[in-house]
Amino acid sequence: MDHLDKLEHQSIFIIREAFNKIDRLAMLWSVGKDSQTILWLARKAFCGHVPFPCVFMETSFDMPELIELRDKLTKEWKLNLVIARNDEALAQGMNHKLGRVTCCSALLKENLKKIVEKEKYGGLIVGVRRDEDPTRAKERYFSPRDKHMEWNVEDQPPELWDQFNTDLAGGTHLRVHPLLHWTEMNIWEYAQRESIPNVQLYFAKGGKRYRSLGCVPCTFSIDSHADTYEKIREELRTTTKSERSVRAQDQESEDAFEKLRRDGYM
Amino acid sequence: MQSTEQLKIVIVGHVDHGKSTFVGRLFHDTKSLPDGKVEKIKAACERRGVPFEWAFLMDGLQAERDQNITIETAQIWFRTPKRQYVIIDAPGHKEFLKNMITGAANAEAALLLIDATEGVQEQSRRHGYLLHLLGIRQIAVLVNKMDLKGYSEEVFRNIEKEYRAFLKQLGVEPKLFIPISAYHGENIATRSKQMPWYTGPAVLEQLDTFEVAQPQQNLPLRFPVQDVYRFDERRILAGRIESGTLKVGDKLLFSPRNKVSVVKSIETWPTGGRTEAKAGESVGVTLTEQIYVERGQVASHETDAPIETDVFNAKLFWLGRQNLEVGRKVKLKLTTTEMECQIQSIQKLIDASTLQEIDPKTRPYIARNDVAEITVRTKNPVAFDNYDHIVPTGRFVIVDGRQVCGGGIISKGEYPDRRDVLSGIKSTNIFWTKGEVTRDARERRNKHKGGVIWLTGLSGAGKSTIATELERELFQMGLHTYVLDGDNVRHGLSANLGFAPEDRTENIRRVAEVAKLFADAGVLVITAFISPYRDDRRLARSIMKEGDFVEVYVNAPVEVCEQRDPKGLYKKARAGEIKNFTGVNAPYEAPEKPELVIHTDRQTVSESAAGIIDYLKLQHIDQDFAI
Repeated sequence: MDHLDKLEHQSIFIIREAFNKIDRLAMLWSVGKDSQTILWLARKAFCGHVPFPCVFMETSFDMPELIELRDKLTKEWKLNLVIARNDEALAQGMNHKLGRVTCCSALLKENLKKIVEKEKYGGLIVGVRRDEDPTRAKERYFSPRDKHMEWNVEDQPPELWDQFNTDLAGGTHLRVHPLLHWTEMNIWEYAQRESIPNVQLYFAKGGKRYRSLGCVPCTFSIDSHADTYEKIREELRTTTKSERSVRAQDQESEDAFEKLRRDGYM
Repeated sequence: MQSTEQLKIVIVGHVDHGKSTFVGRLFHDTKSLPDGKVEKIKAACERRGVPFEWAFLMDGLQAERDQNITIETAQIWFRTPKRQYVIIDAPGHKEFLKNMITGAANAEAALLLIDATEGVQEQSRRHGYLLHLLGIRQIAVLVNKMDLKGYSEEVFRNIEKEYRAFLKQLGVEPKLFIPISAYHGENIATRSKQMPWYTGPAVLEQLDTFEVAQPQQNLPLRFPVQDVYRFDERRILAGRIESGTLKVGDKLLFSPRNKVSVVKSIETWPTGGRTEAKAGESVGVTLTEQIYVERGQVASHETDAPIETDVFNAKLFWLGRQNLEVGRKVKLKLTTTEMECQIQSIQKLIDASTLQEIDPKTRPYIARNDVAEITVRTKNPVAFDNYDHIVPTGRFVIVDGRQVCGGGIISKGEYPDRRDVLSGIKSTNIFWTKGEVTRDARERRNKHKGGVIWLTGLSGAGKSTIATELERELFQMGLHTYVLDGDNVRHGLSANLGFAPEDRTENIRRVAEVAKLFADAGVLVITAFISPYRDDRRLARSIMKEGDFVEVYVNAPVEVCEQRDPKGLYKKARAGEIKNFTGVNAPYEAPEKPELVIHTDRQTVSESAAGIIDYLKLQHIDQDFAI
């Protein structure tokens, strides 16, 4: 087994465990490279099927390319697409100019909380990776959130030998992180090996490419000539910039992202 | 594609022995830090008015920066020209042992830091012991802060000598001791010029010699069923092959139910047609014959099947806030099996913080941060292997109050395999006469022990009434039970006997022999006979297996019995119509040491029956089986 096989089979094991243990399981599907990987792994885990809803958090500032791919795959792969949008906040004119963190809180965090409550999801599969950010580095594969969606990072139960904490108290839901042990490099190595469909935004065009995708106003492209998988991997080997440095909301304060995550952000 | 092999390492050590500094330095020296990270932290330090520390690189969370301790297990990456490393950062603060264990349990190698200025500390010993318990065999010990000891070889050698001796007791052989200064980067990426007396490799060189763990493809097949899918016409058993190899056409034995079927296909997406799958792979399998299989069963080949039993020995470390008492019911998770279990006994108890042994007789529970050698009893048989044989099926966790609170590894041992009881299929571990249904097997199916409750006492003392009540109660509890009394014995089995002393003796002998057969058949048999002679009862007791015979003296004064006289026998005896009537014209030898005495002049029938049931419960007549 090479390292990609190891990563793949471990993630499939986690996804299957989530499906077996969690009533009303759903996955957050941003159509970005990480959630595309999860979707692919899910189809492997369930022999071609995706037996849970794919929740897309629509902010109205979404990248059109993502929406396009979303709708194409929903049809082709017969996905159960659930679109979540905080219409209330949008009607009141919420946008990033009111503060990037404020906007993220309303259109993503609050939006997520509402859809979880409405659909009574018992668990959400989320594509976070430990290498993205120090706060994500502290995650567990199965991470409980209380009824306020809060993450009690100081007192997480241990995860031993792939035995996850799946017995939940009422009011809690589980975040499941099948890609926790992957790196950005692994994502691209695997995408190439498996030919996973991804938006072209990740590949350089006119000297620019996106490394991480969020909303249009808050995501910056980077200077790059990496227009192939090989070049992306080569770029990652030498870069000293962090992946989320292109996400404006993280840069607002020293611990902006940490605060968002404690309160239930992905 | 260039290899991005990963090795998972854990770094442990006493709090303040410089772990975070070491890791920060390692990152800096391997150029694994993003641009501006050091500057960012330097700026943050200035704002807070604290001196710059390499440790801050590791600290992602506000709380850590505030408290200056690393709280959670974090994973971070760095690379050498050879491969990528994942550091599972395991904090050393005593409060956070569970995070260290979580981290260490997933690691393939360990670096253990000891502060040269403080020497071997309590936690140094504890961490060494836990690494050993968690099965980590690739260990290097780093003696840090050598700069503060003038890079003294003597200091280093003394620490090495002391700690090596300690590890040796545990049977641990560290690969290497390396003197370092994390703060100054000595012996981290390159060999130190400050310590020419040390000729071994620097830390990074040593790391590159450790080996990446590989799934065990050459061991016997273990395929624990994780789920059964019916998304379409296929019925797919999903699971991860924990060891061995599985091929289309293989005959699979599913433990613990011991059903057999043949692999029809290995289901994969997007392309199918696989004929073989190996350890480490999460696969889907269909069978030729649709036997009933569910999550928790373990598929193996028929030869070299796992052990299947409900009692085993293990080493357990406990992280739960609540103590784990002997006999308390908790949940065992072993691969995909979940099963109610309890600690049957504690053989050895060690406080992991002091490594002091505690006498389990004086403290019959396992407390937080204890390590214990225990016997576990599960409600029903489970399939497993010795940890030394097959690692993934040889370890388990205990769930208490919805949380994983402890982990255990199953000790080497010869376990009585229960497989044959159910199926007659032979495993390699035991030799059981094929086809013979043993008493043990019957008791296990009945979920209680067999035995004889021997009621003795005068006529009219209440034996038959109590026997009837007791039988009804036991029957309602789900136990297999039957009453032998004068009514069903005297008319058949002993129809040719009278009441002369020799006839009574023979009658009791026959009853005892029949009762013994009942007990052997797994039944809880109740006998209700006057059985007046001690010798006769002694004989009855002697033919039973020890512990099977429960002598209950149904005691009521003869006057009370005579007053009751339910069958008018006392009257007839007094009138001289019955000879050899016990209590009137024949002796009754009261038991000297009965297991139980019931005073029917003071206790009601229900109370009497309840008294006997309480006694039986104390003897674990049902608990050993039906927990």
